[in-house]
Amino acid sequence: MSGENRRREPRRLIGSSEAMMPAGALMTREQCEALVKKIVSFSKADEISVNVNSGYQTDVRFAANQMSTSGAIMTGGIGVQSTIGKKHAVATTNDLSDESLRATVQKSEELARLSPDDPENMPGLPLQTYLPVNGYFESTANLTPDARAQAALTALAPARKAGDLTAAGFIQVNANAGALGNSKGLFAYNRSTNTNYTLTVRTTDGTGSGWAAAEHPDWTKINFAEVADRAITKARLSRNPVAIEPGRYTVILEPQAVGDLVQLIGGSLGARQADEGRSAFAKQGGGNKIGEKIVDERVTIFSDPQDPQLLGQPFDGQGLPLARQVWVEKGVLKQLFYSRFWAQKQGKPVTGGPSTIKMEGGTTSLEDMIKSTERGILVTRLWYLRPVDPRTILFTGLTRDGTFLVENGKISKSVKNFRFNESPLFLLNNLQAMGPPVRLAGTEQGGPIVMPPIKAKDFNFTSLSDAV
Amino acid sequence: MAAAALAAAGAFNPAEAMSGLISVPHGADAMPAEDTVKELMAVAINTARSAGASYSDVRIGRYRNSIVFTRERQIVQTADTDSIGAGIRALVDGTWGFGATKVLTKDGVAAAAREAVAIAKANRIARDQPVVLAPTQAYPNATWKSAFKIDPFTIPIEERADLLLKANAEAMKVKGVRFVNSGLLFIKEDRSFASTEGSVIQQTIVRTAVPFNITAVAPDNSDFQSRTNVVAPAGRGWEYVLEQDLVGNAAKWAGEAVEKLGAKSVDVGRYDLVLHPTHLWLTIHESIAHPTELDRAMGYEANYAGTSFVAPPRDVLGKLKYGPSFMNIQGDRSQPGACATIGYDDEGVKPEEFMIIKDGVVNDYQTTREQANWIKWWYDSKGRPTRSHGCSNADNWSSVQFQRMPNVSLLPGEKDISWDDIISATDRGIAIVGDGSFSIDQQRYNAQFGGQVFYEIKGGKIVGMLKDVAYQMRTPDFWNSMDMIGGKSSYFLGGAFNDGKGQPGQSNAVSHGCVPSRFRNINVINTGRKA
Repeated sequence: MSGENRRREPRRLIGSSEAMMPAGALMTREQCEALVKKIVSFSKADEISVNVNSGYQTDVRFAANQMSTSGAIMTGGIGVQSTIGKKHAVATTNDLSDESLRATVQKSEELARLSPDDPENMPGLPLQTYLPVNGYFESTANLTPDARAQAALTALAPARKAGDLTAAGFIQVNANAGALGNSKGLFAYNRSTNTNYTLTVRTTDGTGSGWAAAEHPDWTKINFAEVADRAITKARLSRNPVAIEPGRYTVILEPQAVGDLVQLIGGSLGARQADEGRSAFAKQGGGNKIGEKIVDERVTIFSDPQDPQLLGQPFDGQGLPLARQVWVEKGVLKQLFYSRFWAQKQGKPVTGGPSTIKMEGGTTSLEDMIKSTERGILVTRLWYLRPVDPRTILFTGLTRDGTFLVENGKISKSVKNFRFNESPLFLLNNLQAMGPPVRLAGTEQGGPIVMPPIKAKDFNFTSLSDAV
Repeated sequence: MAAAALAAAGAFNPAEAMSGLISVPHGADAMPAEDTVKELMAVAINTARSAGASYSDVRIGRYRNSIVFTRERQIVQTADTDSIGAGIRALVDGTWGFGATKVLTKDGVAAAAREAVAIAKANRIARDQPVVLAPTQAYPNATWKSAFKIDPFTIPIEERADLLLKANAEAMKVKGVRFVNSGLLFIKEDRSFASTEGSVIQQTIVRTAVPFNITAVAPDNSDFQSRTNVVAPAGRGWEYVLEQDLVGNAAKWAGEAVEKLGAKSVDVGRYDLVLHPTHLWLTIHESIAHPTELDRAMGYEANYAGTSFVAPPRDVLGKLKYGPSFMNIQGDRSQPGACATIGYDDEGVKPEEFMIIKDGVVNDYQTTREQANWIKWWYDSKGRPTRSHGCSNADNWSSVQFQRMPNVSLLPGEKDISWDDIISATDRGIAIVGDGSFSIDQQRYNAQFGGQVFYEIKGGKIVGMLKDVAYQMRTPDFWNSMDMIGGKSSYFLGGAFNDGKGQPGQSNAVSHGCVPSRFRNINVINTGRKA
């Protein structure tokens, strides 16, 4: 199914309208603003902050060439934080009747009164200005169940027809609208959509597995047939893997594999952790490593809600405006994440807590990386990454769904999966080449992530896995 | 809102982690009256049936969390979250649909029921084999309550905070300790269920977790070490928190964090491992409990959690030797105080105890009603009835129920052997206490586990502490290397609140009972790499 065809598909307004997004499922800016004002008017605390969320999430799941579970979920609710002096507490509800809202405000006030003082409590923010971001697409918000089932068929049909393949996939389509506000006049509203598609095709002999995926806020930008082609090709190519010795290898990591490891730097970017001496960016003797070169000079990592590949929310969970924020520039640690409290204490500007991350790429295509490699490992993606040593951001994990030996500029054979023990910092110090960055769909932690494919030397594979 | 990829929350900063909590949509202040819930449930399943469903079930649930988090001498966050709504499942021509709504009116649940049917109908074009449910008994008026004595939601916030701050203070008294993060997380679920087969069930579940993390930092910031995961989560109430004696134990845990700074970095090589039950539960979880989920074995989790090496069922049931003949692994949802314990599962099945591994050989899988039929041939051959083991679970009203792990436990050996007995019998080895880093492949073959505290064993005695220890294993080789196992008096329930599976991802609470055990000649690596 091509994008062109999908765009021409008539919207079914009659017949199955009950299975499309129900009217009022997403709250408008005006509705959110009125709700925040109402909740603030119920408050007797020194301060109150309010979070409003509404969403409609639909999904189709298939596996073993069968349809599995599929659903539509209408959610939404509010959370309030009341602050009395230096005491604060949160309470939430999804019953938006006046009676329930009052009760929830009262509950947060009661909890706050009983809580010990929080010496780090920060006053609520006044009204802020945010960058415009349009991450909301009608094409995504107004899908029918038929459209989702048809999309699933783009993988199920060829897999069933082939006879030697089984497909397992998941299509998740979300529309969300939410707002933040407080008694100091803060108000922030954002509306967004997303389509996430992941597909695993396995060969029925149990020796091959291929994974492919796509993600975009706009449903019409997902090329379902192309994803199926990629997963099927990879499944067939990965058949009958051979065992090769674990050890240090040159690796060509597809963007997903890069993102699986590199996004984990985010967990160590807190300035406070570093200043307190318990992160990879703590400096021996005190302080942090801002200004020091930490990785190869070609590496730049940033957050930017307006980047067309990211389209993130332009404010964080506290209402702080988010703009382009460079964390690593040309290999140098430029910035760490400063919460409002820590920024004030250290006399630094606050950064906000972004939900997007992008690593700039280069111009070397994946094909050229393969061509230039005498002996190396091509990796589709990584799996089950868990921290091993926070002092170096060392993680362990495994390769999955398409791992290949490259010899003399060509993919020579499918190889068994490896366990690795590796740090994104070590990886990015051993960089050899980068390609154009793409938006990832397989992130375990969520949030828009854009990463390039890379080639690096001396990747540390420590053992073999029999898993296909 | 997507979870923050870069929000720098991490394990060290619950204040920043919790700032996301306020954005989670949660529910109303009170569950509707019991009669109203029953009426709404009847509307939901009747609407689904009228719209064409051959089977339908509805769950109306209230899911509450209450948390207090502290660090060192101060409070970080207190929050009560409350979520209520209805989830309706409909089967049409053997295809599932699911609709969930927060609108708890007759119109609201009816709309969600119609949506579930509409999705099921739409999906028929992509159907291959129809879903067939194994039979279950109807329970028209059942109730159940978990094993808590004191409802933790009745304990004032100030009392909870006071306990944590006192424990923090005891830990901070230990020289070298610089940070303590602690918390209390209580969960209460009021779950109602009804099905077109006539069941109407009401259950109340309470669970408790006590996160506690102590960090010691070297004076020149050249090293930091933590002691965490000191208290296992449980399906119990406030009485469980008191039994842990946080204030009395804090200095001991803190001392372990400090001792790790000066511990010897392990020499790589092969060692006999003596694994404490506070550690072994996680190895059981990853390398036995997950691969014996039948949906994984049949490929239903291939796109996310993965498949299983315990497959296909015809090749392994009654055939695959998982471990020694004294290895017996039980699945159940009946152990009092365990996290997955429940009276009736989320499709109205009363769970039963079943042997997953019997005398070292694979004997059964974890199942739901849909799945039990997939291995009917095995049950027929053994003269056993084909019925669900009661492993259906949803983590919220807004999540569709599917196969989740029951409590999966290693049963004690016949002799009353203790932890100390196993150490005494070991010539050269490493004893591991507490769960740490864990990672395993998508078919559950190759795993790597860290731990909390590591001790070197020489000549039957503990001679000192080690650090930078992790072991790598291949599951069947590892379990077949087990040669000593503790007795009944050394049995302990470990567990987790956050076992992830499914798409959309769901979180499951589960316990694993086990005893101290010894494993021979296991590959140990050093994780303290510098470049």
